[in-house]
Amino acid sequence: MQRRQFLRHSAALAALAAVPAAARAQVGRGARVVVVGGGFAGAACARYLRLWAPGASVTLVEAAREFVSCPMSNRVIGGTMSIRDLTRRYDGLASRHGVRVINDTVTAIDPATRQITLAGGSALPYDRLVIAPGIAFDYAALPGLNSAAAQERVPHAWKAGPQTHELRRRIGAMPQGGVFAMHIPKAPLRCPPGPYERACLVASALRRSNPTAKVLVFDANPGILAKRELFADAFANRYKGMIEYVPNAGFEAIDAASGELSFDVHGKVRADVWNVIPPQRAGELALQAGLGGGQGWCEVDFLSYESRLVPAVHVIGDAIASAPGTPKSAHMANQQAKVCAAAIAAHFAGRAVNPEPIIANTCYSFVSDKEAIHIAGVYRYDDGQRTIVAVPGAGGLSARASGEEAFMAVAWSFNILNDTLGMI
Amino acid sequence: MLRSALLTLAAVAAWMPGSAALASEDHQAVQWAAACFACHGPEGRSDGGMPSLAGQTADGMYAMLIDFRNGKRNPTVMHHHAKGYTEEQLRRIADILGRRPN
Repeated sequence: MQRRQFLRHSAALAALAAVPAAARAQVGRGARVVVVGGGFAGAACARYLRLWAPGASVTLVEAAREFVSCPMSNRVIGGTMSIRDLTRRYDGLASRHGVRVINDTVTAIDPATRQITLAGGSALPYDRLVIAPGIAFDYAALPGLNSAAAQERVPHAWKAGPQTHELRRRIGAMPQGGVFAMHIPKAPLRCPPGPYERACLVASALRRSNPTAKVLVFDANPGILAKRELFADAFANRYKGMIEYVPNAGFEAIDAASGELSFDVHGKVRADVWNVIPPQRAGELALQAGLGGGQGWCEVDFLSYESRLVPAVHVIGDAIASAPGTPKSAHMANQQAKVCAAAIAAHFAGRAVNPEPIIANTCYSFVSDKEAIHIAGVYRYDDGQRTIVAVPGAGGLSARASGEEAFMAVAWSFNILNDTLGMI
Repeated sequence: MLRSALLTLAAVAAWMPGSAALASEDHQAVQWAAACFACHGPEGRSDGGMPSLAGQTADGMYAMLIDFRNGKRNPTVMHHHAKGYTEEQLRRIADILGRRPN
């Protein structure tokens, strides 16, 4: 190469390198984003904000010191996975991605002055606030479960953690021929297929250790909420004589001490172990901050996940009023987090937000210790309806349960944790 | 030589943190492509099960996505996803994913 040509090339390369790199680093420069809640939605949003708006300071406020994945936690209850497999630290977000992680809880949000207050006393100002508080349980709707003592006797195990272990322990300690019973609240709820997966995995475990035991599934809904044909097949055939499924079962009251639950039309049912999944709404913080709509969920603009009620505050994850036909799942939380992060980065860069976000959902459920099924969907923003809608012709269910999908389900759970927390 | 150097540089620049700010970046396709990482791992680096997307060529990725879309392959899940995108959208997603370094 001739010297002149080389110099010209070098100059071109330098220009190409310098301008975009400088422009990249500028995005969000001086801006402050605070993300509250470090679950699948909040942690992923913090990470992608640092990728797409590297000039911004991003602070993640999370009360727990470790991330515990709800997906796969039914396998812990079924005894085929350890909760250690589902537990991660937040360190990588800080050391690899420059997220400031604060281990604290939020006591107040003031949208007028754009700052939040932490239990530790300090105040954090923000230009954009992202709230990902997950779900809260509505125990007021469950007579007999209003006290802490009663709630301890009847675990929900619907947030992975100590209750997951506790439910596993109680199922293992059931007498031979005993009864495990669960109650599923009316939709919307976190992880619509989760209760039916749980019934299958409990039955799968009992078949080995307690083959004359029964699994009773009382559902407040008129039918199985997700993967209906596949779960119905598992209940009717795979667990014939063990799982009994009862739709339209309205909870009236429970006597936590005796283990007797009264239903509206099915009368009193006694079980050795009860698992009552309470009705749900957006996490307390969202409702305290005035972000909740009439039904207890937060209405958002699906182009940016900005609250429809409070400007500069975004809500992602299970706490939002989900678009019709879309589930509250870890996968959807991950996808919403990215659309939200991209919209905030565009805002900082002075660009228009993506007018057509496309997101996807993949959700695996185990039907036994060895086999799983999936449901998938692709969703795009519809300008006319101002919501996200399923793309016709896309998505669908597994044809049948398989060991191959069980392998993929576990791989999915590790990959989405890595994507959320920025590991590997 | 220059072309390949520029392409290499562009590829590196595009996937450095903050790629969305690159002047020529297809921001919309970056958001679409980021959806894939939930299953295929951060920046397409899979921990197992699902194949890694990192290191594949854009053309190879596009051809595979079109095969999924047309039912020419028999995957467990990807046909359900690929049918959710137009050919043009898949082309742009493949162009983003295919520029990723190993």
